[in-house]
Amino acid sequence: METFLGIDYPTLWYLVVGLLFSGYAILEGFDYGAGAWHLFFKKDLSRRIAINAIGPLWDANQVWLIIGGGALFAGFPVMYATMLSAMYIPFMLFLMLLVLRSAAIKFRSAEEMKWWRKTWDVIYFTSNILIAFLLGVVLGNILQGFEIGENFSYQGGIFFSFLNPYAIMVGLTTLSIFMTQGAIFLLLKTEGHLHARLTFLLKKGMIFFILSFAFTSFYTLIYLPGVTDNFKANPVFFILPILAFLAVANVPRLVSKKKYAPALVFSSLTMAFLLMLVAFQLYPVLLPSTIDPAHSVTIYNAASSQKSLGIMLTIVLIGAPLLAGYFLFLYKTFHGKVKLDDTSY
Amino acid sequence: METEILARIQFAFTVAFHYIYPPLSIGIGLIMVIMEGLYLKTGNKHYEVLTRFWLKIFAITFGIGVATGIIMEFEFGTNWAVYSRYVGDIFGSALAAEGLFAFGLESAFLGVLIFGWNRVSPKVHFISAIGVFLGSMFSAVWIVVANSWQQTPAGYHIVGEGFNARAEVTDFWAMVFNPSSVDRIVHVWQGAFLAGAFLVLSVHAYYLLKGRYIEISKKAFKIALGVATLISLTQLVSGHSSADGVAENQPAKLAAMEGHYEPSAPADLYLFGWVDNQTQEVTGIKVPGGLSFLVHQDFEEPVTGLNAFPEEDRPSQVNAVFQFYHIMISIGMFLIGLTLYASYLWWKGTLFDKKWLLRIFAFSVLLPQIANQVGWFAAEMGRQPWIVYGHLRTSEGFSQEVSSNQILFSLILFLVVYTLLFLLFMYSLNKKIKQGPYDEAKNALEII
Ligand code: HDD
Ligand code: HEM
Ligand code: HEM
Repeated sequence: METFLGIDYPTLWYLVVGLLFSGYAILEGFDYGAGAWHLFFKKDLSRRIAINAIGPLWDANQVWLIIGGGALFAGFPVMYATMLSAMYIPFMLFLMLLVLRSAAIKFRSAEEMKWWRKTWDVIYFTSNILIAFLLGVVLGNILQGFEIGENFSYQGGIFFSFLNPYAIMVGLTTLSIFMTQGAIFLLLKTEGHLHARLTFLLKKGMIFFILSFAFTSFYTLIYLPGVTDNFKANPVFFILPILAFLAVANVPRLVSKKKYAPALVFSSLTMAFLLMLVAFQLYPVLLPSTIDPAHSVTIYNAASSQKSLGIMLTIVLIGAPLLAGYFLFLYKTFHGKVKLDDTSY
Repeated sequence: METEILARIQFAFTVAFHYIYPPLSIGIGLIMVIMEGLYLKTGNKHYEVLTRFWLKIFAITFGIGVATGIIMEFEFGTNWAVYSRYVGDIFGSALAAEGLFAFGLESAFLGVLIFGWNRVSPKVHFISAIGVFLGSMFSAVWIVVANSWQQTPAGYHIVGEGFNARAEVTDFWAMVFNPSSVDRIVHVWQGAFLAGAFLVLSVHAYYLLKGRYIEISKKAFKIALGVATLISLTQLVSGHSSADGVAENQPAKLAAMEGHYEPSAPADLYLFGWVDNQTQEVTGIKVPGGLSFLVHQDFEEPVTGLNAFPEEDRPSQVNAVFQFYHIMISIGMFLIGLTLYASYLWWKGTLFDKKWLLRIFAFSVLLPQIANQVGWFAAEMGRQPWIVYGHLRTSEGFSQEVSSNQILFSLILFLVVYTLLFLLFMYSLNKKIKQGPYDEAKNALEII
C-alpha cells in the first residue's frame, strides 16, 4: 500500500474527510446555531440583524458540506453509498430542510407584510433546529452501527428506525453545541439591545449544553461498550477526551468574562475535539455492522483505488491553500459588527 | 422495477429542475462581467446601474441553483448506491475537484459580489465578479466530465466481479478528456450563455416596448445581442461536433435521434417527424440520406441502425429521444435566424424601430431554456439502457435497500418544495423586473 509520510492513503483521506466535516460543523455550527435562536428575538429588526450576521457567509460555509460530501464520495464511495441509502429518510429530510432554510434567508425580508415575515421566521427557525438535530441523529446512528449484511447491504428498518433513543440524545447534544456556537458568534457581530438579549439567552443555552453533553457522554460510555478499545490500545490518545473536556469547561468561563472571540475559538475546538474523538474511536471502521463485524464498512474496504486517492490528495494539496485564501479574504471583508445597508437581506 | 422507475422519475425531476438555474447563472454571469468591465473602463454610470440590476437577478438564480444542486450531489448516494460504488473511483475525483476548485471559488466571492459594494473597491468587486463567473464555468466542466465519462468511458479498467465490480482510474487525463467531454462542455457552456443572454434580451426588450429605461436598455440589449449572435452560430459547430462523436461512440443513440432502424443503410435527416417504435416507421419531412451525409459526407454511405443492436441494448423511448433532439435543433436554427436578422438591423441602425421584433425577443427567453432541457433529455434518454455506457445497466444501478414507499415519500416532498421554490423564483424575478434598475419617478439615475 502506498504511503505518504508513513501514513497509508486511506488513512490520509480519512483525515481529509474528518477535517472537512470538522470545518463544516464549526462554520455551519454558528450558522445553524444562530438560526436556532431566531424566534427568541422578538423585534423584526433584531431578526434581520441576526440573519445578516451570517448573510455574506452562510453560502460559503455551506461549501464545506458540499466538499465534504464530495470527498466522502471520492475517497470512500462504499461508505457514501451505503450510509446515504441506509439513512434515506433522514437525509432526504435534511436536504429538504436545507432548501427551505436557504429560501427563508433569501425571501424573508423581501416583503414587508407581517404574515409573510412571520411564516418565513417560523420556517427558518424550525429548519435550523431540525437540521442540527438530524445531523446529530445520523452521527448517533453511525456510532451505534448499522445492520449491514454481506456486500454492504443494509438490512435494517426503513422508515423511522433512525429515531432511536440514543440517536435522539446525540441529536439534542448536537443542537445544544450548535446553539452555543451560534449565540457566541452573534454576540461578536451585534451590539445594543440584541446583544443584551443574547447575553441572557446564552446563559440558558449553556445549561442546556452542559447537561446534554454530560448526559450523552456518560450514556455513551455505558451503552456502547466498545468505545474505549482504541483508547486502551493507544493510551496517548486519552489526551483527546481530556482536551475536549478542557475546551468545554473553558467556554462558560470565557463567556462569563465577556471574552467572546476566544470563547468562539474554544467552542469550535470543542466540536473539533469531539469529532476527533469519534473518529479515533471508530478508526479504521467507518460504519460498524451490528450483524457481524466482518461486514463493517472500513476505510480499507470502502476506499477508492490507490491511484485515485493519490490523484485526489494532489488535488487537495493544490486546492486547500486556495480555499483557505478565499475564506480569509471573505471573512476579512465582512469583519466586524453587522451594518444593514441596501444590499442586506 | 417500481423502485427503479420512481428513482428515475425523481432523479430526472430534480436534475431538470436544478438545470433551470445553472445556465441562467452562468449566462447572466458572463453578461454581468462584461457590463461591469465596461463600467470600469468607461466610467459610464449606465453600466454601473446595469451591473447592479443584473446582479440582483443573478443572486436569485444563483441561490436556487445552489440549493437544488446540493440535493443532486447526495442523490447519487441515496438513490443510486450501486452506481455510486461502481463509479466512485472515477466520478469522485471529478466531484472533489469541482468542490474545491469551482464551488469554493464561486461561493466565497459570491458574498463579496452581492454584499460587498460598500466594503471593497470597484476593482476588487470586479475581480469577485470574475471569480464567481469562472467558478460557475468550472463547476460545469467537472460535472459534465463526470457525465461524459458515463456516456463514453475511457482511462479506466474494471476490477472485481458481480456485485463487487467497479471501475478504477488507470489514466486520469484520459478519463477527463474522454471522447465526448470537450465537445459537450463547450456545447453546455454555449447553451448556458444563450440562456443568460436571452433573459437579458427579453427583459430589456420588454422595457423598450414599455418605453421605460430606454437609454440603458439599448446598451444592455446590444451587449446581449452580440453575445447571442456569436454563440448561436458557434453552437451549431459544437452541436455538429457532438453529433459526430455520438455517431462514433454511441451509435445506438444517434440512430434513436433520427429514428433510423435499418441495421445498415443510408440514413435520412428529418426536419420534424413522428416515430412509431412498433412499425419502425418515421413520418415527417426529411432530407433523404441527410444523416449519412453529415456523418460521412456521402449521401449513400450506410449508418448503423437500431436493429443492429439487440432489443435489450438500445433505448426503448425512440420517439422521445427523436422529439427532444429535434426540438433542440429547431430552436438552435431559429435562434441563429433571429439573432442574425437583429444584428443586421443593428448594423443598419434600425434595430429598435421594429416593435414586432422586440416582441419576439421579449418571449424568446423560453427558447434556450427549452433547448437546454430537451438537449439533456435527448442525451440522457439516448444513453439508456445503460447508466454507464456498455458496462452497467440503469436497472442495476439503483439503491437496492431503498423501498418504493420511501422514494414516493421523498418525491412528493420534492414536488411540494420545488413548486414553492419555483413560484417564489418567478415572483421575485417578476418583482425585480417590474421595479426596474432604478426609480424612474425620482429619476434617481444621477443619485445612485
Ligand atoms: C454527472 C452526471 C449527470 C449529469 C450532469 C446529468 N445527469 Fe441525467 N442522469 C444521470 C447523471 C447525470 C444518472 C445518474 O446517470 C441518471 C440516473 C438514472 C440514469 O439512467 O442516469 C440520469 C438520468 C436522467 C434522466 C432519466 C433518463 C431515463 O431514466 O430515461 C433524465 C431525463 C436526465 N438524467 C436528465 C438530465 C438533465 C436534464 C441534466 C441536466 C443537468 C442531466 N440529466 C445531467
Ligand atoms: C446531475 C448532476 C449535477 C450535480 C450532482 C450537481 C451538483 C451541484 C451542487 C452540489 C451545487 C451547489 C454548489 C454551490 O454551493 O455552489 C450545484 C450548483 C451548480 N451547478 Fe450543478 N449539479 C449537476 C448538474 C449540473 C450541470 C450539468 C451543470 C452545468 C451546466 C451544473 C452547473 C452548476 C452551477 C453553475 C452551479 C452553481 C449554482 C448556480 O449557478 O445556480 N450543474 N450543482
Ligand atoms: C444548432 C444546432 C444544434 C445541434 C446540431 C446540437 C447537437 C447536439 C447533440 C448531438 C447533442 C447530444 C450530445 C451527446 O449526447 O453527447 C446535444 C446535446 C445538448 N444540446 Fe444541443 N445542438 C444544437 C443546439 C442547441 C441549443 C441551441 C442548445 C441550448 C441553448 C443546446 C443545448 C444542449 C444541451 C444542454 C445538451 C446536453 C448536453 C450535451 O450532451 O452536450 N443545443 N446537442
